[in-house]
Amino acid sequence: MAMTMHVDVVSAEELIYSGTAEFISAPADKGEIGILPRHAPLLTRVRPGALRIKPANSNDPDVILYVSGGLLEVQPHVVTVLADTAIRGADIDEAKALDAKRRAEEALKGKTGAVDFAMAQAELLEAVAKLAVLEKLKKRGH
Amino acid sequence: MAGGKEIRTKIKSVKNTQKITRAMEMVATSKMRRAQERMRGARPYGEKIRKVTAHLSAALVDYAHPFLQKRDTVKRVGFIVVTSDKGLCGGLNTNALRLTLNAMKELHQSGVEIAVTAIGNKGFGFMNRNGAKVISHVVGLGDTPHVEQLIGPIKVMVDAYVAGEVDEVRLVYTKFVNTMRQEPTVEQLLPLAGEAIGQPDHGYNWEYLYEPDAKTVIDDLMIRYLEALVYQAVAENMASENAARMVAMKAATDNADKVIGNLQLLYNKTRQAAITKELSEICAGAAAV
Repeated sequence: MAMTMHVDVVSAEELIYSGTAEFISAPADKGEIGILPRHAPLLTRVRPGALRIKPANSNDPDVILYVSGGLLEVQPHVVTVLADTAIRGADIDEAKALDAKRRAEEALKGKTGAVDFAMAQAELLEAVAKLAVLEKLKKRGH
Repeated sequence: MAGGKEIRTKIKSVKNTQKITRAMEMVATSKMRRAQERMRGARPYGEKIRKVTAHLSAALVDYAHPFLQKRDTVKRVGFIVVTSDKGLCGGLNTNALRLTLNAMKELHQSGVEIAVTAIGNKGFGFMNRNGAKVISHVVGLGDTPHVEQLIGPIKVMVDAYVAGEVDEVRLVYTKFVNTMRQEPTVEQLLPLAGEAIGQPDHGYNWEYLYEPDAKTVIDDLMIRYLEALVYQAVAENMASENAARMVAMKAATDNADKVIGNLQLLYNKTRQAAITKELSEICAGAAAV
């Protein structure tokens, strides 16, 4: 029997692929790598590119998936690809964070930064009271 | 007593409202199903990444990641508050915000400062109105939230944690128990509790090969793990939101039915009273002749 390994490709939003394979090629951080069963344990970053999976059943065609980055974990008989759904990079992430910060600062202009608990409490109480009235209305007539 | 015409107009308007609430109920039902699927779809990633992290922390004991280190003094706590963008979903946001507020109040009393990352319009509005320090926010996620939209706001909070401006991060969202029950929850996100990562399911450890190097890989992994946790909370919150809206709109439709019934009764009574009055007037007139 040919040696096989289990492959899972998952993204934060969904399971992309799961099955057994006899060979995988992936765009790793330092170049394309090929993985056969019983590969040494490896953890690597994946660069945007194509992931090729050769299924255990040799009659099936190769599965080719595009990954926009992520991480690849290899254990002797299990390979896990944690795929990103978005193109990532230190500077892109940084830009996103800066953008988020800027927007927050804009929204915060003229605010003190101390929670007015009394006001917040009042606001919540009002909402709760409204809900209670609705509840009563619902019960009435039963 | 109101005239017949006014009551008829009123009935019509309530009927129109009922049409809207019924439509919203149906929309919420179908959206809830999709949101639930999305919630389930997000689970494998979280599980896998947890497993990898567990392997890693077992294989690499000498590098203590800042996310895993508990700090002795807590001067400021960060809250990531997940709420819905839209209202009309019963007590969902109110309950989550009340829980947050209570937690904040407790911290405030012991002199701990607060920073907030608001995900969702309702929480953002609430925190802003009440003067909380919102360091980042994201609103308008739509029906299909994407991790991409969350990266920036989460990074602001995580950066604050790494820089030591925040010593603890908690995540608030509404857990989806079932269609009828949603529970607001506060969970500690940072520092990551040891049990959240767990132990590897094998008795032995591997020495990994790392590309490019161990530290980079672990850092990448940790931030993704956090994002996965937050994304999962957002997906779950969305399922809760739609379930809550469905229930609320169903109640509203039922209420409208009752209101229409009462108004119809009133209308019939008024009509009958008018007829009786007219008849008696005619009779009185005939008798007078």
